[in-house]
Parts: sequence; structure tokens; C-alpha cells
Amino acid sequence: MISRALNVPIPGPVIGMALLFIVLLLRRGIPEPLEHTGNGLLRVLSLLFVPAGVGVMQHLDLIAASWVSIAITIVASTAITMLVTAGVMHGVQRLVDRRSP
Amino acid sequence: MSHPVSIWVYLSESPLLGLALTLIVYAAADALAKRFGSPAILNPVLLSIVTIVIVLKLTNTPYDRYFEGGQFVHFLLGPATVALAIPLYRNIALIRKSALAIVIAIVVGSLTAAASGVAIARLLGVPEIVVRSLAPKAVTTPIAMGISQQIGGLPSLTAALVILSGITGAIFATLLWPKRAQPDYASRGVAIGTASHGIGTARALTIDATAGAFSGLAMGLNALVSSLLVPLVVALLRW
Repeated sequence: MISRALNVPIPGPVIGMALLFIVLLLRRGIPEPLEHTGNGLLRVLSLLFVPAGVGVMQHLDLIAASWVSIAITIVASTAITMLVTAGVMHGVQRLVDRRSP
Repeated sequence: MSHPVSIWVYLSESPLLGLALTLIVYAAADALAKRFGSPAILNPVLLSIVTIVIVLKLTNTPYDRYFEGGQFVHFLLGPATVALAIPLYRNIALIRKSALAIVIAIVVGSLTAAASGVAIARLLGVPEIVVRSLAPKAVTTPIAMGISQQIGGLPSLTAALVILSGITGAIFATLLWPKRAQPDYASRGVAIGTASHGIGTARALTIDATAGAFSGLAMGLNALVSSLLVPLVVALLRW
């Protein structure tokens, strides 16, 4: 609702995550019931992606037409992105730590 | 209800089918992966999706019929994303300490994901509509679909490619990192969340709570950064 009202390109759940984070900061603690429910949800987080993932079947023909190229792109690009991101984060953090030990 | 077939007929008429199928297949896939020590390639999400797609194809069940039941599981994604604030809050000290590094890493990561994806796909001659649908592949599904629409891709194809990238990232989340004496779980989490959004984050949570928290944070920030940067990259990388 907030994401629609503000007309920002961020989905509701991500805004919800930010709001809950701010509430936790203000409360300075995680209430027990929330902790219980939240951890329960996060334990099965992988499962929650399955129904959307099955949606792949609607585009099998479009993907099948150039599946080798698509597979190479996804695998290479994801690996490059991960290594570059981890490298930059690690490097910048070391620079920061060195300047203010 | 005495004959097994009549149960199938009953189930296939009700949304329970999609729900039961999802839960049973995932439980089996998860048990199978654990049985073999959870190797990266036996990803439970991948196994489940492949199995369910095969079952639906064999029984001629359209996706919409399946999703009538699957939506009950799908619906929980929203609350679960909100719940990522919990591990985030627990790691607040670490996040404060590395705020600058996190932001720089995510901006560079967002650019790398879009630029490498678009460049490689165009070099390999992938059709332009697929290239545009691929560009936001590292971003969490709802935002990726929005970006895709904006740059002239197919949002529903983007959803499929986002999921495939997430599974690939979840596999790399363990493959790319050798065991170290002093693991940098913060960098690893940020890298996983930036490259492979929620599916990577789910995997990161099983590796280490700190990695999971940073991955969830990176997923959120990357969504924000990418909605500004991806259209730019697609426009600039034209030849």
C-alpha cells in the first residue's frame, strides 16, 4: 500500500522489511512471538519460491529456442557478479579498517 | 472414495492439488538433498520445480490450475521477506561498521550483473526481447518484472529467468567459496544477495546467519539501485 501511495519502484515486502527493521531499532529488541514466527518462515524460505518457479513452464518454448546461450549467460554473469561484489566489499572494508583501526 | 483414481480426480478439481504437490515434492527433494549431504547441485528448489513441471506436463495440468493451490505457499513469500528484518537487526553492529563497503559493493555488483548479462547474451545472439527480459535477472522477482516492463522485456519471462538465476546463485553460494580459517561472511552474504536475490538469501541463511542477514540486506538495496541502473545499462550497451 505504501509502495503504491509513494509511487516508488520498490515492492511492498521490501518496504515491510525496512519498516520492521526500524521498529526493531526503536524497540531495541525482538519480541519472542515475532522471533518464533519469523524464524519459522525463514527456515522454509526456499520452499516459498517453488510455486513461482514452476511458472517457468509457461515459457519453455521461448527458453528452449536459445537455451544454451541463456544458460551460459546466466551461469557466467551470476558467477562474475558474485566474485566482483565479494571482492569489492572485501577490498573496501580492508581500506576502511586500515584508515580507522 | 474407495478407489485411488477417484481421489486423484477429486484432488485435481480442487486447489488442494497444487498445495499438496508443492509440499510433498519439496519435502522429498529436501530429504533427498540432505541424504547426500546437501551438495550444491542437488538444490531442493531446482529439484522441486523440475519434478512439478514434469508432473504437470504429464497430467496435462495448466499452470493456472496448479497455482490455485500453489498460491497459498507463494503468499507466504511476502511475510517471509518482511521477517528478514530479524537477522538484519541482529547484525546491526556489523552492518554499521561496513555500511560504506556494502553500498559500494552493491552499486558495483548491480552494474556488473546487468552489464555482463546483457553483453554476454548479445554476443551469443540471444533474441533482443529475451536480452531485455534477462537484464534485471539478479533483482528480486516483483521489481525485476517492473524493470523488465519498463525496458521492453516480457515480465513473465523475466520472472522465470530471475528464478533460474537465483538457483544458479544458490549453487555458486557454496561452490565459489573454499573453506577458510576466517570466513568473511559479510562479503559473502552481500555477494550472494546482490547476484541472486531471495533464492540465494534462502541458501545463505543455511550457510550462516550473518551471511543470510547481509544477503537479505543486499537483496533489498540491490532492488533499489538496480531499478535506477538497469535501464541505463541496457540503453548504453548497444552496438
